[in-house]
Amino acid sequence: MTQPTYTEHHPRWLRQRISTYWWLGKWAYTKFILRELSSLSVAWFVGYLLVMVRRIGESEASYRAFLERATHPVLLTLDVIAFLFIVFHALTWFAVAPQAIVAHVGKKRVAPAVIAVSHYAAWIVVSALVAWLLLRR
Amino acid sequence: MATTRKRPIEPLLWMLFSAGGMASALLMPVLVYLFALAVPLEWIPAPSYVHVRAVVVHPLTRLVFFGVCMLSLFHWAHRFKYTLYDGLQIKHLTELINTICYGGAVVGTVIAAYVLWRV
Repeated sequence: MTQPTYTEHHPRWLRQRISTYWWLGKWAYTKFILRELSSLSVAWFVGYLLVMVRRIGESEASYRAFLERATHPVLLTLDVIAFLFIVFHALTWFAVAPQAIVAHVGKKRVAPAVIAVSHYAAWIVVSALVAWLLLRR
Repeated sequence: MATTRKRPIEPLLWMLFSAGGMASALLMPVLVYLFALAVPLEWIPAPSYVHVRAVVVHPLTRLVFFGVCMLSLFHWAHRFKYTLYDGLQIKHLTELINTICYGGAVVGTVIAAYVLWRV
């Protein structure tokens, strides 16, 4: 019995060609792509914080030099943009939480607004805790 | 069966994406604000080296931070993969994109483990 052969990509598939810049036409689409791109900032800051941890582990001079280098205009510009993306990521992430989480108390469904607000509240509490832990003398 | 293209790993990748999104949303803004902006620019006084070091080398901090790094990297991998798929419409490069994204996340996780182990 001969096996039928398939091609991975159909050679003459009738599919309308969409511009690479399709997401620039509408704010909702642009927002979607910006939200997806925020993941680059997440990865960037994982690297940034790991380098910082390494410098802290080395010596006080290394730690100070790291903080000094962070004020370099190029790095600073990059960090400011990446920071805005990180905040955008957090805001949009918590905003869609009610769509992702359907919680029940007893038989009653928890209102989506309650889920969203509790996420934002958790964000504030966690941020305050981290700042307190790192900045207290 | 070679004809069905099942990806049983997909739910796991979505879970990592989701957990990474949550971890990075909760913790990254404050960490980045402090150590990429506020402290270097002297908006707030820098915490003493002895204190920061004590916090960073604590086993619990390192464990939590490792988790944040790993999950955040898989969050990036998953989201960036779909950015390339949808944004640039390069679905035909699936294998290459998967290798770069998930491979990058694995390599990053190993580096994070090494850095945090050695600190």
